[in-house]
Amino acid sequence: MEFLIGNFAELTITGLVLGSVYALVALGYTLVYGVLQLINFAHSEVFMWGTYAVVWVLTLLGASGTSSLAGAAGYLAIALVAAVLMSGGVALIVERFAYRRLVRQNAPKYIILISAIGASFVLSEIMGLRDKIAGFLGLQGVLGDYVNNPRNTSTLPVEIKPEPVLQIGNYMVRDTELLIIISALIMMFVLDQFIRRTSFGRQIRAVAQDPEAASLMGANSTNVVRLTFLIGGVMAGVAATLYMIKVGATGFNVGFVLGVKAFTAAVLGGIGNLRGALLGGLILGIAENYASGILGSEWRDVTAFVLLVLVLLVRPSGLLGESLGRARA
Amino acid sequence: MNNIISGLRARLAPVADRVGTALEPVGRVLGMKSVKYPLRTVGVLLIYALPILHLPLINTENSDFSGVLFTVGTYVLVALGLNIVIGYAGLLDLGYVGFYAVGAYTVGVVTSEHGQWPFFLALPLALVVTMASGVLLGAPTLRVRGDYLAIVTMGFGEIIRIVARNTDWLGGAGGINSIPSPPDIGPEEGLFQIPHLSWQYGYPTIDDRVTKVLHFGVLDATPYFWMILTTIILVICADMLIKNSRVGRAWEATREDEDVAELMGVPTFKFKLLAFAMGACIGGLAGAMYATRVGFINPPSFPLMLSLLFVAAVVIGGAGNRWGAILGAVIVAYLPERFREFADWRLLVFGIALIVIVSFRTQGLFPGRQKKRVAQAEKEVQKLEEGAEIV
Amino acid sequence: MSESEDILLELEAVTIKFGGVVALDDVSMTIKKGEILGLIGPNGAGKTTCFNVITGVYAATSGTISLDGKSLAKRKRYQITKLGIARTFQNIRLFPSMSALDNVLVGADVHSKVGLLRALFRTPYFRRVEPENKRRAVELLELVGVGAQPDEISVNLSYGDQRRLEIARALATNPKLICLDEPAAGFNPAEKLRLMDLIRQIRDLGFTVLVVEHDMKLVMGVCDRIVVLEFGRKIAEGTPSEIQKNPAVIAAYLGTEEADDDAA
Repeated sequence: MEFLIGNFAELTITGLVLGSVYALVALGYTLVYGVLQLINFAHSEVFMWGTYAVVWVLTLLGASGTSSLAGAAGYLAIALVAAVLMSGGVALIVERFAYRRLVRQNAPKYIILISAIGASFVLSEIMGLRDKIAGFLGLQGVLGDYVNNPRNTSTLPVEIKPEPVLQIGNYMVRDTELLIIISALIMMFVLDQFIRRTSFGRQIRAVAQDPEAASLMGANSTNVVRLTFLIGGVMAGVAATLYMIKVGATGFNVGFVLGVKAFTAAVLGGIGNLRGALLGGLILGIAENYASGILGSEWRDVTAFVLLVLVLLVRPSGLLGESLGRARA
Repeated sequence: MNNIISGLRARLAPVADRVGTALEPVGRVLGMKSVKYPLRTVGVLLIYALPILHLPLINTENSDFSGVLFTVGTYVLVALGLNIVIGYAGLLDLGYVGFYAVGAYTVGVVTSEHGQWPFFLALPLALVVTMASGVLLGAPTLRVRGDYLAIVTMGFGEIIRIVARNTDWLGGAGGINSIPSPPDIGPEEGLFQIPHLSWQYGYPTIDDRVTKVLHFGVLDATPYFWMILTTIILVICADMLIKNSRVGRAWEATREDEDVAELMGVPTFKFKLLAFAMGACIGGLAGAMYATRVGFINPPSFPLMLSLLFVAAVVIGGAGNRWGAILGAVIVAYLPERFREFADWRLLVFGIALIVIVSFRTQGLFPGRQKKRVAQAEKEVQKLEEGAEIV
Repeated sequence: MSESEDILLELEAVTIKFGGVVALDDVSMTIKKGEILGLIGPNGAGKTTCFNVITGVYAATSGTISLDGKSLAKRKRYQITKLGIARTFQNIRLFPSMSALDNVLVGADVHSKVGLLRALFRTPYFRRVEPENKRRAVELLELVGVGAQPDEISVNLSYGDQRRLEIARALATNPKLICLDEPAAGFNPAEKLRLMDLIRQIRDLGFTVLVVEHDMKLVMGVCDRIVVLEFGRKIAEGTPSEIQKNPAVIAAYLGTEEADDDAA
């Protein structure tokens, strides 16, 4: 408890940083849930593939040593594009192979959930077996650096040194932390505007509200679903880049825990509600930090689960309610 | 292919009949009515004999065959329990490993960490504790929406693991060591001893390895396999008795249409809770047996991945059909052991299998007779609808 | 027997509001034991709402409903069924992959006390009750005319058989009151005639019947008494011939009657 009070500013700021990443991943869950009322269990792996895109691109570009955030800006910009492309692409693949057929057949929800679990297995195992798969294709020689030791942690080839830039309370906020929080807010704002103001956004909202009526009115619901997965993937790609800036390392199995937390964030804020995802993510990030400040860091991961159960029992529709369909977006 | 099978069947049928006739007196003594029962008895005896027969092709050369059979047994038991939850009651439980862990830890705590209970006393306690944990988890969560339930249960599985890791009373990260084997029943040399077979060029010879009946040692897994096989048979019997009663019908009705079930007088929440508790209890049973067999448990023995593999077993086999679930479990547990060289690929393969099966064969590899008919009907309806669209 | 002892179901000043919309406005009515009561009204009159409040799907905002003098308030849906109200559904809602017999058995199980232990140990109670229920279920299947294929899963039955199976399932709960929600929807004239016979047969077996139905010929032909709703209010009540002459009813149906006849 004393630790919590003594480090209140630090725990809050780093909680917000963590929460920003959760929020961006939570968007993927919230969007798909808003449109299809389905939990996209494979979304965490979409994020995981994005983190690898960052590692691979920086390796490909030959980045190395240590660098300040500003110094690595060029590299990171390219990595961001790569991560967005990767995560977006993987999200589309998930939609195509794990969802489309079953959604069209109007299969029971739990069957589709199982299909998504299968997709999640496949995505994380392909990453975890990539040396063997490359060997299978005879590419191990060429891809050596990228596929070796697939079940170990992969680190960024360049170490980004955070610089303190701003004092809040007794904590010096780092530039990386500022970058993460601001980028997440910007992305959320852009997405919110996109959903509210563009015709694509209107179609998404229409399908979320009433798929049958929307398809009669001319919104092609398959395209809308695809677009929804794509946007979720793009956000996961951004989240992956920010995550790598903060953490610097990834593994084939990082998706799961982060996915559950992001899902919790989405439910916490009100699944299907974009602003809810942001709010839920930030609250969860801070709550986790406080909890580990009070109880010890070994209890950190339990926070999300306990919070999830509590929210579902006390206020199943989340803090802001479920409302992708409604105008509030 | 079909020709060969039907040919075989035609040739084997008279043999089977003769065996059946020969066994009929035995059946009569045991109060059995039809020839089918003695045949089934032969089948069951054959499964009991598997670990000493070491049949070629199915024997695992690189790992102890009885040990593999025991592992398969635990999966089968788990699948039977999970089939009640997923298949009968339609509740997707992604944290089933939690109950498995609770069963194992209960045994670990009272037989080693904090007590010297004999296993056969710890076992009923494990059942009670897991059942209670099922009720405790189910009572608040079974009211939430079905798809949320999946995530909440998954959280439960993880919480159990993390709590075990962080609680010194449960052995912490180091886990619990030296969990004793079940006490021998009868003399230490076993009631009697059975020699194993080994096969060379297709001919069996009697080996010098022996299994001491009802002696639970560390080296020979065969008695454990017999213990779990007996348990499985008892569970199957219980499953059949319950399924074919008001309880089974209430589960099915709840799964099919919860609102209507409620309006037809089914207290759906109560029955969902019952399914949850029963499933938990069977999962705990499997965990308890696992603990006494391996003698050592720690939090990483119960990863989330195991929960997902259990679900894969039930779904691949055909949720709702106990024989399907059993076969699914055998596939999920046995194939990776038999084909060790592919063991690394198993999660990938099962992942693909899950997608393919739910997309193209919704009712699993071994659907029940009813489900087959449902699928048939659905197909016809779809055809009609497609036809209507063209018109 | 006094008047009040004849009353099976009583709605007293029942009002239901959804948000700001008043779906049922101060409706009072009674159903007498052993009668066939028809509930009619133009579309959107509140028939289905009335039906749902009786069977416990909705809770009344104000007012009381009582069956045999026992209030239905604060009872769960399955308890209401156990108390003696069963229903069918306008859009068929059987348990699709269960057999016809099992569908009926679910209804028959209402009064059974078989639980885990009784099933596991096949107690004398179990061995008495389960076969008895099964026998009754088979009888009911025969009564409604689905007796020929008890083991067929319900989605495979013909449309008419599915509708009649729903009636059997509701009867299996041994209700004091059976509520039929548009039982003739989608039936041809011959099937309607058979349905009317079936409804009378059900009454003769001692059940009380509430029918919500669009088809006027059926309602007029089979009901002892009719209650008419419009805009959530009761506008008339009486025997079929009284209702046919009632000016308020004629006014309510003017313009819509033709459409109804077309539909039928």
